[in-house]
Amino acid sequence: MELLAFGNTGWGDELFYATLMTLAVSITAMIIGFFFALIFTPLKLSKHKSLNLIGNFYTTVVRGVPELLIIYLLFFGGSGAIMYVASIFGYNQYIEINAFITGAFSIGIISGAYSTEVFRGAIQSIDKGQFEASKTLGIKKYVQFYKIILPQMLRLALPNLSNVWQITLKDTSLISVTGLVEIMRQSYIAAGSTRDPLFFYSFAAVLYLLLTFFSMKIINKLEMRYSRGF
Amino acid sequence: MDLELMTNSFPKLLSATMVTLKLLSVSLIIGLFIGLFFAILRMNKNLFINKFAYGYSYIFRGTPLLVQIFIIYFGLGQIEYLRSTFLWVVLKEPYWCAIIAFSLNTGAYTSEILRSAFQTIKPGFIEAGKSLGLPRKFIFYKIQIPIAIKQSLPAYGNEIILMLKGTSLASTVTLMDLTGVAKYIISTTFKPVEVFIVAGGIYLFMTFVIHNFIKYLEKKFSYQ
Repeated sequence: MELLAFGNTGWGDELFYATLMTLAVSITAMIIGFFFALIFTPLKLSKHKSLNLIGNFYTTVVRGVPELLIIYLLFFGGSGAIMYVASIFGYNQYIEINAFITGAFSIGIISGAYSTEVFRGAIQSIDKGQFEASKTLGIKKYVQFYKIILPQMLRLALPNLSNVWQITLKDTSLISVTGLVEIMRQSYIAAGSTRDPLFFYSFAAVLYLLLTFFSMKIINKLEMRYSRGF
Repeated sequence: MDLELMTNSFPKLLSATMVTLKLLSVSLIIGLFIGLFFAILRMNKNLFINKFAYGYSYIFRGTPLLVQIFIIYFGLGQIEYLRSTFLWVVLKEPYWCAIIAFSLNTGAYTSEILRSAFQTIKPGFIEAGKSLGLPRKFIFYKIQIPIAIKQSLPAYGNEIILMLKGTSLASTVTLMDLTGVAKYIISTTFKPVEVFIVAGGIYLFMTFVIHNFIKYLEKKFSYQ
């Protein structure tokens, strides 16, 4: 137990901050994922073949390629790509992106692909009459989306979004390969310096279990809230 | 775009694909048995056995695969007792550690898929079998299992694809699978995009084949 003591003698405080880091990366990634979903869901539902193709390309590639490979692509290629764009604008200095941004962005791309699929399914399962009724009432397109489609969509999407959250939370363990000090990386460091990998990795597993357990509790509450009246 | 690097790295990546496929197939086969075993335990009326099976699937589905591999590869070697048993022969090899972790992980997901498949079988089928005087074993193997296979195929197809992506984690315990070799080439040439296109293309091709194979099986197993 003294291994987990807070302060300089144990790893308790380090692991606590690492857990916060995992949470921060997961939430940021989830938000980035929502933005991706916001762009790609309309593309997937669009009537134009070419826009459709772009949307399908994104979800198929990201969901068909291992997460680790995507992380390596952004980890090794990310700063190169940004420097290339910067050099067009005449900035030729070396740019280093920090591990948090790379990590959150790569996990965000992955979680975005799953969110896109969830939103697409949710919108498609909304009764067609709802679209038609709002059209006949002469409601403007964006009011229709925000006031009629979105509230219904959220109710249908929430159970699946909780799955996406679980996947995202677990995927953040992979960005430990980039050196970002989250639960996995901190356990790796602690295991290395104390020569007690069994204890620290098991403790990491417990931390992840706690995170999934409590986030499920919260999401269940949200689900109840959004399914009022059904 | 460095086309020469792409053509040069293709054979290397292709031979690494064999490692990935070997990891995938072995762990899927073992995982299927583990999953079936725990799905049967889940349907047991004994509360203790039931909870045990639930705990197994909860723990393996609630923690990242990376943690599971690390516990088995780095953690288990620490137990002095294990080092003296024959298990050590298996546990000192990263290959077998990866297989054990993958099998246990996919076993947990498979047990959930099979459990829900068994539970959606209409009780009428089993009652019909009973009233025909069929033995319990016969009902299980000839009625419940074929229906469960059909029910669980779409979800199991997804699990195979998730597992294919999961095998990429073998590269974290020094195995040179497709992702491992891709990372090696990236870190020596610093051409991530080219290598990603080739390696990602191979992965996509495999998911494409698996996806269509499952679709074909679904058609074959449907009643109509």
